[in-house]
Amino acid sequence: MLDGTAAAEAVTNSNPQTFAVEAPVMGPGRRPGGLRLTPQRLLSLLKVVVFLVCLLPLGLLVLHGFQNNLGPDPIVTITHGTGFATLRLLVITLAITPVRHLWARLSWLIRFRRMLGLFAFFYGCLHLLTYVWLFSGFHLSTMIADITKRRFIMVGFTAWILMFPLALTSTKWSIKKLGGKRWRALHRLIYISAICGVIHYWWIVKPGVRTPMKITVVLAVLLAARPAWALLQARRSAARASERA
Amino acid sequence: MLIKKAADIPSSEITPQSAYLNRRTFMRGAAAMGILGLGGDGISKLVAPRRTVAADSKLTTIPSPLSDKGATVTPFQDVTSYNNFYEFGVDKTDPMHNAGRMKTRPWTVTVDGLVKAKKTAGIDDLLKYRPLEERIYRHRCVEAWSMVIPWVGYSLSEFINWAEPLPSAKYIQFLTLEDTKTMPGLYQINLNWPYSEGLRMDEAMHPLTLLTFGMYGQVLPNQDGAPVRVVIPWKYGFKSAKSIVHVRFTAKQPHTAWNDEAPEEYGFYSNVNPDVDRTPWSQKTERRIGLPFWKATQPSQMFNGYGDQVAQLYAGMDLKKHF
Repeated sequence: MLDGTAAAEAVTNSNPQTFAVEAPVMGPGRRPGGLRLTPQRLLSLLKVVVFLVCLLPLGLLVLHGFQNNLGPDPIVTITHGTGFATLRLLVITLAITPVRHLWARLSWLIRFRRMLGLFAFFYGCLHLLTYVWLFSGFHLSTMIADITKRRFIMVGFTAWILMFPLALTSTKWSIKKLGGKRWRALHRLIYISAICGVIHYWWIVKPGVRTPMKITVVLAVLLAARPAWALLQARRSAARASERA
Repeated sequence: MLIKKAADIPSSEITPQSAYLNRRTFMRGAAAMGILGLGGDGISKLVAPRRTVAADSKLTTIPSPLSDKGATVTPFQDVTSYNNFYEFGVDKTDPMHNAGRMKTRPWTVTVDGLVKAKKTAGIDDLLKYRPLEERIYRHRCVEAWSMVIPWVGYSLSEFINWAEPLPSAKYIQFLTLEDTKTMPGLYQINLNWPYSEGLRMDEAMHPLTLLTFGMYGQVLPNQDGAPVRVVIPWKYGFKSAKSIVHVRFTAKQPHTAWNDEAPEEYGFYSNVNPDVDRTPWSQKTERRIGLPFWKATQPSQMFNGYGDQVAQLYAGMDLKKHF
């Protein structure tokens, strides 16, 4: 199904906790699990781990910064570090739904999607800050000229600004307020943001250099997976309908 | 460490190649072990070797009045680990990792085209032909980063006079080595190999144009264009062809590699010009390699600051059209 369905349905059921994870059964007089690693606790632990792993790219940049180990061209190291983190996190976020479709046992991955998406936006902000501060020296006129004149900056800025409303509406409260259908429609903007991000990458490399090819292929597969799945579902229900008839 | 003169580099400081190449890996490991007390520079000075020098690769040089006085020279390890030499791969560290396979002896430079007689010159004869000067030049890449490098060589005009071009020769063309056995990059990027560059004869005869054999008081490391290259400091770095095997004098403007690849972005002249950017990015500023990120960005200068010496070559030319 389409993105956000699990969350949207959960909201409709007025019980946002019932994702595909079992809650421990508690009988009368029982302590809640004691020291056992319950599914709930495992999930919380995993969330902490993923959170820390997502912070690693920034952590490494900061650490290397203090060590004076950002390489001969540190501004480029920072730009590449934040840019790749943004793109890769976007791609990982987009991979969750196809993975859940393929393996229903991994449905709980949905619980990580918001964190990953927000981290993608976080690194996008750092990447933008690198441009605003280190490349433009906070000169507004330079930046306005750049956005209108340089297509790679225009498309990069577009990719970032499309993530902005998604970050703002990432809470359960937003899903409730917008309703599942509208929320899902809005968050489809992530497809355009990711495409803009990859185009931004193509438009900055030198002619003849093909380094963006890998992530382009990965993104293409993940985007194609969605209509492919919808088609498959449509065929299955058509087959079921014709069986009944 | 700022290397201002050849004498600053004692020949006793010889370090194993592997340690030199792995110095950054070492530093990451050291940090992971919690060595935070010393600053990064302190660590590198104490444990990481600065460069590797073979004892017989030193060059004796005389200072030149054409050198940039007062500029801070870029650290040697940066100039040898941050290279665009696509024959060896497109990443900045690929030339450092891969160029070691290139054989720089024997090496001959063939001279033909519009010359009195076709000639070949052995590299060792070229090294002895004129006294070697140390020329500290600013080097500006089209990617908007820059370095200050103490090159070693003599003016290309000396070589051109030896080559005896005919009066009909209006241009000079340089061709880089193309060796499929040692250059993995030839298969990774489809530039119009062998790498071709060229100059107008008056640009080539200008005293600043340097036939270059070394840097930092020693022979060129392979990744920097060994054993002989040309350096034209008022143009973008890709004009300074590396590892030259063939020099040809022509009547018509020769084709050049990056102009073949993207004629809208890379022109034949490619003079450093902050007011003209044909590349997707701006040319108004540059990042000085080796400086920390909050200090690195600096304004770029017309003709890379060599306007006093070269602007007259382009008098009356529309530099927006002839970029």
